[in-house]
Amino acid sequence: MSKTILTRRGLIQAGAAAGVGLAMPTIFTSRASAFTNEPKGGSVILGFNVPQTGPYADEGADELRAYKLAVKHLNGEGDAGMMNTFSSKALKGNGILGKKVEFVTGDTQTKSDAARASAKSMIEKDGAVMITGGSSSGVAIAVQGLCQEAGVIFMAGLTHSNDTTGKDKKANGFRHFFNGYMSGAALAPVLEKMYGADRKAYHLTADYTWGWTQQESIAKATEAKGWQTVNNVLTPLTTTDFSAYVAPVLNSGADVLVLNHYGGNMINSLTSAVQFGLRDKQVNGKNFEIVVPLYSRLMARGAGENVKGIFGSTNWHWSLSDEGSKAFVKSFGTEYGFPPSQAAHTTYCQTLLYADAVERAGTFDPCGVAKALEGFKFTGLGNGDTEYRAEDHQCFKDVLVVKGKENPTSEYDVLEVVEVTPRSQVEYAPDHPMFAGGSLGQCNSGA
Amino acid sequence: MDAILLQILNGLDKGSAYSLIALGLTLIFGTLGVVNFAHGALFMIGAFCAVTLQKLLNVYTVTIDPEKTDFLGKPLEVKTPYVISWFGEVAGTSIINWSVPLAILFAIPVMLLVGIAMERGLIKHFYKRPHADQILVTFGLAIVLQEIIKTIYGANPIPVPAPDAFKGSFDFGVLIGFAENAIIYPYWRLVYFVFSAIIISAVFAFLRFTTFGMVVRAGMADRETVGLLGIDIDRRFTIMFGLAAAVAGLAGVMYTPINPPNYHMGMDFLVLSFVVVVVGGMGSLRGAVAAGFLLGILESFASMNEVKSLLPGIDQIIIYLVAIIILLTRPRGLMGKAGVMED
Repeated sequence: MSKTILTRRGLIQAGAAAGVGLAMPTIFTSRASAFTNEPKGGSVILGFNVPQTGPYADEGADELRAYKLAVKHLNGEGDAGMMNTFSSKALKGNGILGKKVEFVTGDTQTKSDAARASAKSMIEKDGAVMITGGSSSGVAIAVQGLCQEAGVIFMAGLTHSNDTTGKDKKANGFRHFFNGYMSGAALAPVLEKMYGADRKAYHLTADYTWGWTQQESIAKATEAKGWQTVNNVLTPLTTTDFSAYVAPVLNSGADVLVLNHYGGNMINSLTSAVQFGLRDKQVNGKNFEIVVPLYSRLMARGAGENVKGIFGSTNWHWSLSDEGSKAFVKSFGTEYGFPPSQAAHTTYCQTLLYADAVERAGTFDPCGVAKALEGFKFTGLGNGDTEYRAEDHQCFKDVLVVKGKENPTSEYDVLEVVEVTPRSQVEYAPDHPMFAGGSLGQCNSGA
Repeated sequence: MDAILLQILNGLDKGSAYSLIALGLTLIFGTLGVVNFAHGALFMIGAFCAVTLQKLLNVYTVTIDPEKTDFLGKPLEVKTPYVISWFGEVAGTSIINWSVPLAILFAIPVMLLVGIAMERGLIKHFYKRPHADQILVTFGLAIVLQEIIKTIYGANPIPVPAPDAFKGSFDFGVLIGFAENAIIYPYWRLVYFVFSAIIISAVFAFLRFTTFGMVVRAGMADRETVGLLGIDIDRRFTIMFGLAAAVAGLAGVMYTPINPPNYHMGMDFLVLSFVVVVVGGMGSLRGAVAAGFLLGILESFASMNEVKSLLPGIDQIIIYLVAIIILLTRPRGLMGKAGVMED
């Protein structure tokens, strides 16, 4: 008969081993499946992580509407929307790989820590096989990193920072939305045409990753056209009254104010600029102008009449007349009674693109899906010919230059498309200095 | 010099808002002894009174224009506000255009009722509880109120423009001998400053020159003795709570053209207004007003590029830095009285 003798050293070693085992998140130890959250039953769960509270809650609500519409279409309900116009015909309206699509939602609160916590919960507790969403680059980059570690695909929602597919790019992350560089490349020629090459620009910039990269992109693109950048003032995200930042602009010698702000920041800074009468002034013998490089229809509504005549760029607009856009607007408008925003469009597209990639790959394995998305060329989703570039997982497509409409016919009709800038004009090399410093790394399936 | 003058002017409107909110906070603290963390929410509700009136004035009748189509290709629904249908194009448009000043008349009864309901329904149950309990319950109330507003009006800011007559700005610099465009100041911000000065003066005059105000001041000094004289001081203090709510509400109404209101605007002002009260001196009405303007102007100075290049990030901490310095050198604040919150 053998006798087990428990020594003090043995006890400590066993305790330490047990502690490590218990402390390790289950997402890193799920060895029973071939990859993280492999769908086993008749359904598959997608995780929609959007701001449901906080300052971007309205955009989050529109994203969620689009996600729900996409799920409906994937499951064969409704009019199928852009599935009818999508160039890939892998989707059949019978779910994804025959599994009914279900979803869970999380609230990012537009805070990186809250967004990571809700994504983690959807992966660990709900078994989501893909996470998508976000209305802020800070949030998108944080959640993209988490998904990479957890071994699930992240289909980014509304994120415009160069860093998302630049220095912070990840093998498991994919972005359909455009970025700051593309905004600059599309806007600069139009600004030169409208306002001339001899201009002095004053930038007010939101002090975080998106603001920095957009400011750099717009400054470089306009300087290439002959403009000078006379100042760039970083404004804290929490600023609500921009009068102290706007007041010195007229006396700075600048004749253009560039507002690298989004959301509530954009509404408030633009309101202050208009209040201070900047647009009524003449400086250096020219009319003073304001530019808002990244426009959102939801935000433009918030700024009211102040956006009239102001140039900016956008990823998509409901007034586009291609078949894909028309199908989506009809589908969304019939379902909800108003046209979709660009946030709704990009999130709807991301859901279809993910589902399509799974169908083409024949597996939910993130590495198989990533391979199917890399270099994938498609059309019919509202942006013309589009490609998911393999090197950085960024979608390349046409970019819209828009202007605040002078005579809107409805509360949704606040922007008009001035130019559809072709993809070739906004394209850049994968190792472009503005995107350098990171690497995709290896795809992680969590296995 | 022109840059300094410009920032003093800029600080005035923000200082006006701080002063009005801090004045209401001090009135409530002085009369009822309650630390009201829901006061910022009252400022926000006042702003949404302006939003509500704007929406009410834009309630419309729908006619179909068969020649135009909407985004789904259906015949366009043309929305004509009832105000325009009833009063004609010119008068109706003018009424809508002046919705913010008109909202003052709308907000006064609403805010009085909200304030009285808040005091009678919730806060009176916490008079004898510790200040920590009062802070927790009023902070909770503020969150509830802002979530209600968000549910009704959404999370995005809602534009509420000033009347056309007050749009744009004037060149204050030229008036005092500076170069063109050196000191530009928007008309509406000047209106806001003048309006705040009138409200602050009216509150002081009310407390100083009316019998009601005299009784309230006596009650603030010695509540028990005034009660023993047969005066229903509780009722008067309830009315003062309503009045303080109305002051915060009016500050919110008139602030809407400066920054489009959203559900969170009350919280943005609340913490700073508390700092204003503490710097001014707990319980001191004059201190609250003086500190409001002082901190508003200092905050504006700290946002100057020249200052920020010397001290990066100073604009974020200036108010708290000043508060620390003042509390270290004058623990009761600028005009604080002995015995207030010192037990």
